Amino acid sequence: MSDITMRVWRGDAQGGDFETYTIERNEGEVVLDVIHRIQATEAPDLACRWNCKAGKCGSCAVEVNGKPRLMCMTRMDTLPEGPVTVTPMKTFPIIRDLVTDVSFNYAQAEKVPALLPPPMPADGYRMYQEDVERGQEFRKCIECFMCQDVCHVIRDHEDNKQHYAGPRFFIRYAELEMHPLDTNDRRDLVREDMGLGYCNITKCCTEVCPEHIKITDNAIIPLKERVVDAHYDPVAWLGRKIRRKTKTSASEAAVQPAP
Amino acid sequence: MTTIENHDYDVLIIGAGGAGLRAAIEAKQQGLRVGILTKSLLGKAHTVMAEGGMAAAMGNVYPEDNWQVHFRDTMRGGKYLNNFRMAELHAKEAPERVLELEQWGALFDRTKDGKILQRDFGGHRYARLAHVGDRTGLELIRTLQQKVVSMGVDVFMECKVLQLLKDSAGAVSGVAAYWRASGEFVTFTSKAVILATGGAGKSWKFTSNSWEGTGDGHAMALWAGSELIDMEAIQFHPTGMVWPMSVRGLLVTEGVRGDGGVLRNSLGERFMFNYVAPMFRAETAETEEEADKWYDDHSAGRRPPELLPRDEVARAINAEVKAGRGSPHGGVFLDIASRRTPEFIRRRLPSMYHQFMELAGVDITREPMEIGPTCHYIMGGVKVDAETAATKTPGLFAAGEVAAGLHGANRLGGNSLSDLIVFGKRAGEGAVSYIKSGGGTGKFAQSDVDAAIAEALAPFERAEGENPYDIQRDLQEMMQANVGIIRTGSELEFAIKELEKLTERVHNIKIKGGRAYNPGWNLATDLPAMITVSKCVAAGALSRKESRGGHTRDDFPKTDVELGTVNFTHTSSDGKWDGKFAVAPQPIPTITPELKALLEEAK
Repeated sequence: MSDITMRVWRGDAQGGDFETYTIERNEGEVVLDVIHRIQATEAPDLACRWNCKAGKCGSCAVEVNGKPRLMCMTRMDTLPEGPVTVTPMKTFPIIRDLVTDVSFNYAQAEKVPALLPPPMPADGYRMYQEDVERGQEFRKCIECFMCQDVCHVIRDHEDNKQHYAGPRFFIRYAELEMHPLDTNDRRDLVREDMGLGYCNITKCCTEVCPEHIKITDNAIIPLKERVVDAHYDPVAWLGRKIRRKTKTSASEAAVQPAP
Repeated sequence: MTTIENHDYDVLIIGAGGAGLRAAIEAKQQGLRVGILTKSLLGKAHTVMAEGGMAAAMGNVYPEDNWQVHFRDTMRGGKYLNNFRMAELHAKEAPERVLELEQWGALFDRTKDGKILQRDFGGHRYARLAHVGDRTGLELIRTLQQKVVSMGVDVFMECKVLQLLKDSAGAVSGVAAYWRASGEFVTFTSKAVILATGGAGKSWKFTSNSWEGTGDGHAMALWAGSELIDMEAIQFHPTGMVWPMSVRGLLVTEGVRGDGGVLRNSLGERFMFNYVAPMFRAETAETEEEADKWYDDHSAGRRPPELLPRDEVARAINAEVKAGRGSPHGGVFLDIASRRTPEFIRRRLPSMYHQFMELAGVDITREPMEIGPTCHYIMGGVKVDAETAATKTPGLFAAGEVAAGLHGANRLGGNSLSDLIVFGKRAGEGAVSYIKSGGGTGKFAQSDVDAAIAEALAPFERAEGENPYDIQRDLQEMMQANVGIIRTGSELEFAIKELEKLTERVHNIKIKGGRAYNPGWNLATDLPAMITVSKCVAAGALSRKESRGGHTRDDFPKTDVELGTVNFTHTSSDGKWDGKFAVAPQPIPTITPELKALLEEAK
């Protein structure tokens, strides 16, 4: 078989450039296999993240020919002829080569008020399949952060990271909001501090999701509707004033200890 | 000498898989200062790979299920080499550990009446595995990760531990580590350390383990003075993919053979007919014609030899490869394409079909698969106290795959995830009570830190030397060939000699590039652990002159009743990775009459 040309970005926060590797083409390889062969031979110091190599851990997200991809799930023979370009995710600061600093996402995770269920009965909770399925879709997320990488709200506007959680965390908030046991209310938080309004539903996140989670349709849009209902619907507003509320507000929720 | 960054905790946990996270929750809930160190990012541990579920006798599907039956199943699966007390605690506590996950946000699949649904699995008498589709491991890790984060536990990511540190009395009191991102060194002082480092499969060429499965915890415990047991007990799957690279390590379900798939060598021969042991002859077909009738009508012919027990199939594959009739990449061919229509294959094996198509562009309806024995799980590990997960070294605890005892000589599917939550919690409790009763000083000698750093930096200072990837490749090929699924005395002796040569080669590694996020350097720091574990596996396998569970000796094919009463125990005399390790039999504790009666009932 013919050789392949890999253009791999090498460098660190101070800068870098593309390094070109020419390597024999093998049948049935994914991008990560080729990167591993380059590491084992020419460049043992070529930095990349990977773990499961089966599309289940989300560690090996990079950009292949400019598009966010998991290296372990991108077959070489599906890429167009010619050199293959591999670059780190653009939205996050570079550590080295293909490895980026994704701590933005872990900081967002720390801001999520935990599930607040009622006390558990001795033989466990009762929940029904049709009620858990909505949340289960979002819990398929492998945290590759490619949806965060592709989201132009933060990809093109660094400043927005201050007040924008991003698609990965919108599905997390949606999951908790739709959780059959949850008594927390995170709608204020999502609207005011997590920047849900910045999302103008271009669906870029949904397109890159390796788990095929319908991020926009099933999480972000319903979340926007809930936030709107909570704040702008006078009937709902009155209802909340009159009826005993079943959910605590976000600020109360944040200080309540989880079980 | 410059000052090194240091962090101080009560409990330090190495590893952020299911066991480490569950241990952290426990210690934090009891009010201690807890830090977790992981080589990777949080939420990426090998736990995510578990598909089937976690075994717990909740009786949601079969009310007649109970801990006694689960205990018995686990002991039978482990060929009675198990620590009976661990098997008992595991069976009793798993249901509660599973239920509490729902308080923290887990969403399991449900029964019609709203309880946690449980599924059947090999070796379990009743449907017992709580699950979420085929991604139960991900659900476990995400649930525990989110709980840990909400509790404010400190997690240090991409921090590789080099060595355990001890105080002057010999108690573990911290670790020396380095940040992968910068390559800078860091120490942690703590009163107790919990090892939750997972498995060791990376020493084999064909493995389902990721780069992380290098046996760090196994090795560090041994070097620190703890004992390892049952290291010969390793689960290999007879049919893992060996080629193409993109699917290497992927396990191919036995269902492929059940649905008509056959094994062929490089000559195209359906070789399994040549490997039917006398005890299976009466029930196994003698000709291809007879075997092929069986698939449609089980009374029209005897079973095809491809469906013999897994160690029989493995032995045959092994023999064909060694006789030079293997496939180009060291396996044999599993062929269903020439035997069934594409429609049949796609209908019966949809996820196999899609996985191969997507990952490798291999169409299993058109071409045979290249498969071979693949390392999957190590039952052996650090010997621990069943109640507290304490090792022999004061202040050192171990839980999860790195610990031994629960699974004995063979692990049942579904018992690994429940192992993590049951003994993760117990390790957390064990560390807390050790500290509350006054254990742990958090003091160590700076000279030990300096020595660890000097050893880690040595590969940069050599003028020339070997690429660590070459050593890793040779180690993996040697272990696959000589300490694989089927073992024999002469090959094990050869392996032990080869491991000494590999030890010497590690002393001669030269690292290219700098210290910041350098995977070659990281591999160089992994190799001492990989070689240590490999030596223990080879020595244990040579010592156990019988076949039992995950350990199969071609030269001792039968089970030996006497050897069923001992664990082979590994110790280090000098605490050095390139020093001497000893192996000796140690009697298994006598099972209590009450538990023994439960085992008798099954017979």
